[in-house]
Amino acid sequence: MLRVENVSTGYDNIRVLHQISLTVGEGEIVTLIGSNGVGKTTTLKTISGLLKPTEGKIYFNNRDISQLPPHEIVELGISHVPEGRNVFPRLTVKENLEMGAYTRKDKVEIKKDYARIMELFPQLAQRQKQVAGTLSGGEQQMLAIGRALMSRPRLLLLDEPSMGLAPLVVTSIFEIIKDINRQGTPILLVEQNAQIALRTAHRGYVMETGRIVMSDSARALLQNDRVRKTYLGE
Amino acid sequence: MFVQQLMNGLILGSTYALIALGYTMVYGIIELINFAHGEIYMFGAFVGLILVTVLKVPFFLAFLLAMAASALLGITIEYLAYRPLRRSSRLAALISAIGASIFLSNLALLIMGSTPYNFPTPFEAKVYETPFFIISRVEILVLLSSLLLMIALTLIVQKTKIGKAMRAVAQDKDTASLMGININKIVTITFAIGSALGGAAGVMVGIYFRTVTPTMGLMPGLKGFVAAVVGGIGNIPGAMLGGILLGIAEVLGAAYISSQYRDAVAFALLILVLLLKPSGLLGKPVQEKV
Ligand SMILES: Nc1ncnc2c1ncn2[C@@H]1O[C@H](COP(=O)(O)OP(=O)(O)OP(=O)(O)O)[C@@H](O)[C@H]1O
Ligand SMILES: [Mg+2]
Repeated sequence: MLRVENVSTGYDNIRVLHQISLTVGEGEIVTLIGSNGVGKTTTLKTISGLLKPTEGKIYFNNRDISQLPPHEIVELGISHVPEGRNVFPRLTVKENLEMGAYTRKDKVEIKKDYARIMELFPQLAQRQKQVAGTLSGGEQQMLAIGRALMSRPRLLLLDEPSMGLAPLVVTSIFEIIKDINRQGTPILLVEQNAQIALRTAHRGYVMETGRIVMSDSARALLQNDRVRKTYLGE
Repeated sequence: MFVQQLMNGLILGSTYALIALGYTMVYGIIELINFAHGEIYMFGAFVGLILVTVLKVPFFLAFLLAMAASALLGITIEYLAYRPLRRSSRLAALISAIGASIFLSNLALLIMGSTPYNFPTPFEAKVYETPFFIISRVEILVLLSSLLLMIALTLIVQKTKIGKAMRAVAQDKDTASLMGININKIVTITFAIGSALGGAAGVMVGIYFRTVTPTMGLMPGLKGFVAAVVGGIGNIPGAMLGGILLGIAEVLGAAYISSQYRDAVAFALLILVLLLKPSGLLGKPVQEKV
């Protein structure tokens, strides 16, 4: 359903991505792993339209989205949870979630989804009127994910959901990620924590300095010597 | 006497507050001082004047139409003078803003000439006396409409979907666009609302002081800007507070110090507030913004 074909892009005149290609199919969790600064976030930003590819194409359900602005890409069903849990700090939890449903008009269904997210993240339910900037890191990550779900995405892009969180919180967030996927949403998961990413995903890509250097099933990558040395620290 | 002065300050201040809102809303969204805002205010006054005197449109309708016309002018200025420079340096946008301001006031001088126009009072002048102050019909009108507009704005920004989107865009544009918010559309709406308020202030000052001139935007424009900075630029309640404080300070300064220093009071207040609280009365400390 998502097809990235030979995409290159960068910032100003610095090229960051060099002809990368990847796909995400129906129902899949696909992970993109790699060290700091190799271009994982840049890849997600290019898919969601914050950056435009300078070459190559991106297709979503066979439609070329390479040159669409971000708000149109959201309307097609791609929802991007940015790195560093970018919640709106001075909006309340409730308002943040409402912004997630910005493109939708079906008020009744939005209410239902809101209730569902309150169930999914009980900690948020107790803090609906609190401004998001005062939430803990884990709560902000939950809010960012919940907000993305409010758009009823057909593809979810997650940028380092584990960043800066305590191991226990990471485990519970990844349980939720699996749940979301089981209910039918395909996910492209960017992670530095290769261990948990490969345990969660079906397939994986390994990125080094702006290039995809390996791609395989998650299980195979977990057993690959090079991956184990470089990314799993074994 | 003192209460009377307070009242006069409140009336004047409420018009400054309306002007200040335009500056602060635009700044909140695109971090630009819209120097042409004073001219939008002047434009609103002229549209109101022409509608009432030439086309004999009833005052309240003229008032609304002047607001709509000002909104259109604001949208046009943003589209022609600011949008192409959105990704350029701030200095470029600032110079463009100053250019737009000079262009518009000169255009108005060219078309309307430099003789002041008389803005007829929309209804018979009547003065009400209370034990503490006297107030005219026009003054009540100015005060009530400013108040209503400020309440309406607050409700829009706090409660509606568009208002929430405006706040989201002000806080983080990239993330807002990932919510499906069309940033350009929100910028347009912000200019429309801010400019409509500016135009409303223009009409009200027109009927309050009964004159309209092509250069009338200069001082109130500057004072609206000062009020926005005093309140904390980018902060909507701050602009309201700053405008009203400025109006009261100005009237009290003129009454108890000297009417010659009327305009100087505004800038003295600005300097004082900036010394004590550089981010403005309700502004957030600069570091927190990022
Ligand atoms: N806004 C920007 N302007 C210029 N260069 C940038 C910008 N954002 C990222 N870069 C550069 O692009 C390269 C890739 O960055 P990117 O954020 O995609 O890496 P990443 O793989 O997500 O890293 P991390 O794991 O640390 O999040 C880096 O060299 C970075 O310095
Ligand atoms: Mg990153």
